[in-house]
Amino acid sequence: MGHPIGRRARRALLALSALAALMALALGSPRAEEQSPAAVKIGFLREGVKREAPQPYLDPPPADEGVAGARLGIADDNTTGRFTGQHFVLAEAIAPAGGDVAAAFRKLVGEGVRLVVTDLPEAPLLAVAALPEARAVTLFNAAAPDDDLRAEKCRANLLHTVPSRAMLADALLEYLLAKQWPKVFLVVGPTEGDRAYAAAVKRAVAKFGAKLVAEKPWTFQPGAKRSDSGHYSIAAEVANFTQGVSYDVLVVADEDDQFGDYMSYATYAPRPVAGTAGLVPTAWARPHEEWGATQLQDRFRQAAKRWMTARDYAAWLAVRAVGEAAARAQSVEPEKLIAFMRGEQFQLGGYKGTPLSFRPWDGQMRQAILLADTRALVSVSPPPGRFLHQFSELDTLGMDRPESKCRLQ
Amino acid sequence: MPLAMTRAQSRLPHLCGAWALPALALALSVAPLGGVRAETVLVSNEKGNSITVLDGESLKVLRTVPVGQRPRGIVLSQDKKTLYICASDDDEIETLDLDKFTLGPPLPSGPDPETFALHPDGLHLYVANEGSSLVSIIDIAARRIAGEIPVGVEPEGMGISPDGKWIVNTSETTSMAHFIDNDTRKVVANVLVDSRPRRAEWTADGQQVWVSSEIGGSVSVIDPASHKIVHKIAFAVSGVPQEAIQAVGVALTKDRKLAFVALGPANRVAVVDAQTYEVKKYLLVGQRVWNLAFNSDESRLYTTNGISNDISVIDVPNLRVVKSVTVGNQPWGVVVRP
Repeated sequence: MGHPIGRRARRALLALSALAALMALALGSPRAEEQSPAAVKIGFLREGVKREAPQPYLDPPPADEGVAGARLGIADDNTTGRFTGQHFVLAEAIAPAGGDVAAAFRKLVGEGVRLVVTDLPEAPLLAVAALPEARAVTLFNAAAPDDDLRAEKCRANLLHTVPSRAMLADALLEYLLAKQWPKVFLVVGPTEGDRAYAAAVKRAVAKFGAKLVAEKPWTFQPGAKRSDSGHYSIAAEVANFTQGVSYDVLVVADEDDQFGDYMSYATYAPRPVAGTAGLVPTAWARPHEEWGATQLQDRFRQAAKRWMTARDYAAWLAVRAVGEAAARAQSVEPEKLIAFMRGEQFQLGGYKGTPLSFRPWDGQMRQAILLADTRALVSVSPPPGRFLHQFSELDTLGMDRPESKCRLQ
Repeated sequence: MPLAMTRAQSRLPHLCGAWALPALALALSVAPLGGVRAETVLVSNEKGNSITVLDGESLKVLRTVPVGQRPRGIVLSQDKKTLYICASDDDEIETLDLDKFTLGPPLPSGPDPETFALHPDGLHLYVANEGSSLVSIIDIAARRIAGEIPVGVEPEGMGISPDGKWIVNTSETTSMAHFIDNDTRKVVANVLVDSRPRRAEWTADGQQVWVSSEIGGSVSVIDPASHKIVHKIAFAVSGVPQEAIQAVGVALTKDRKLAFVALGPANRVAVVDAQTYEVKKYLLVGQRVWNLAFNSDESRLYTTNGISNDISVIDVPNLRVVKSVTVGNQPWGVVVRP
């Protein structure tokens, strides 16, 4: 005790033994012998595509979007793992832009990874899911909102933590109906994603008995918007575009944010804007602070030095789902975790009030959807008690069991 | 009204400190029952950044005291003269003098204190640091952090056994009740409970710990000797979706006959037979009912209702809600000063 090195070493030893003791505390058996923690390796697969935001000056696209959520999920899993003797590791694999995603995936599988979170668009995701190496792997889709991934193109080795477009559109329509704003004027952008978003909105309009009073494609190129006095021309264009229609809400389908932000306050009649701009249905939003969300917002901001996006949240959910299943099933074997995760008992806290779980018919994570603009949380769908369901009100969002076209294989 | 019947049993005012004589004189001059002071109900308003002070008899708001940012957990000092307040966004514990209603020098708390518990020794506060997965032990007299214990993600509820030997902390995202040995300050057992545990409430006899789960919507009754769940209480209210039933506040009578469980957005307090675990009744209270506190003779139970910005008053012998009183913005914690 007396000499100087001893003290330091003793402290280190103390810390070490404390850590070891914590790790040894297997659940339900507080006197369990010391053991090295069992590891769960979670892959994270993405393309190294440089994404461009239409307004980089306001919101520069984060280079670590998505993966930052997964990294925080790992940290959260490991805090719990200290008490369950489980350890979680993230194996990140980036395929070069336009490069070989399959090779990056095979490399992960070669490292023994059986659970892979993907931050990929639909096409490369489906290509990876169809690989023979993917048969023993479960993929967590944390980025692709495509409805057909949960329908005709669904796969048994795919779970989705990102909400589908149908869920987002249903969440918006539930709100519009609750507000008694049923007349929708739909503006559709030029991309395939925009058309898919519009299709989801139209489906939701029919599902909830709202009314599509107009649908128009947006073709104007607002290239000069951000040049001096450029706002005159776009404001005039938006006013012309929206004139002569009697509607309640202008719903914008513009997934790349090319023009949606310019619609608000420029329409001919004073009408709110919703959809991909204005009031946005989304899995996560900056103003969300209810149900303990402040804690997740704070944790994320501390770790990533920026705000959490919906894409980060979907990746966080996937990694947390693995951690939660490992703690509950008291196992680190991927098959057991997946079986538990797909089961009835699985409940994940997602800071949205109600527990999240996976739909057995298409692997989609059921979750409440926020309706928010950049500064305020306006509502959360489903609004309680408004749209009833036999089993779970959350299943009023997206494809319910009876209507699902997914035949898992 | 059945509420007034126990007033005569109220205690005499505290008679220590330099202020005692004027305070006594004041009490004598205004108190209707000649020197008997009514209880005081203290409510923390999370968004109002204030403490609402109510008279326990008339249930009138006496004053609203502005305090620090996001006050949540509140607890009385052992001599009942000071209210400790977790000012979550100010990263400190504020001390409110309950006779002068002035804030004294704050205590350290560690980052983002949400709730805490006073050790039966009266000298230490055990703080759940929600943002940093720690329980901090505060030496009140020395005004310093005397120890830190790593726990799960988002530590929340703090419960200390009546003999002071065991600390129970719940961690919301880890979904565990951590049992900490007060002597060694080490976690000795972890009990996995339903999703998002909140309160950890010891029975007065130290034989059980009741842990509520917000997302799981249940209460786990844990045997602190074996660290096993001996019973899990589930709730169902007709006409209320199961997802809206979220168990948060727990209050047990000292004789362990009755337990009350606040069910959050179900806007109900469940009345549970604490011996058979049978749910006897659901009492309709304000919106998003969060925390609960008895008065000193357990004839009344107060609830904080976060969305309707009020407290409900439950007549315990008759199991009826008798009154609601508007307080500040988003009431969170409640304690009763005898």
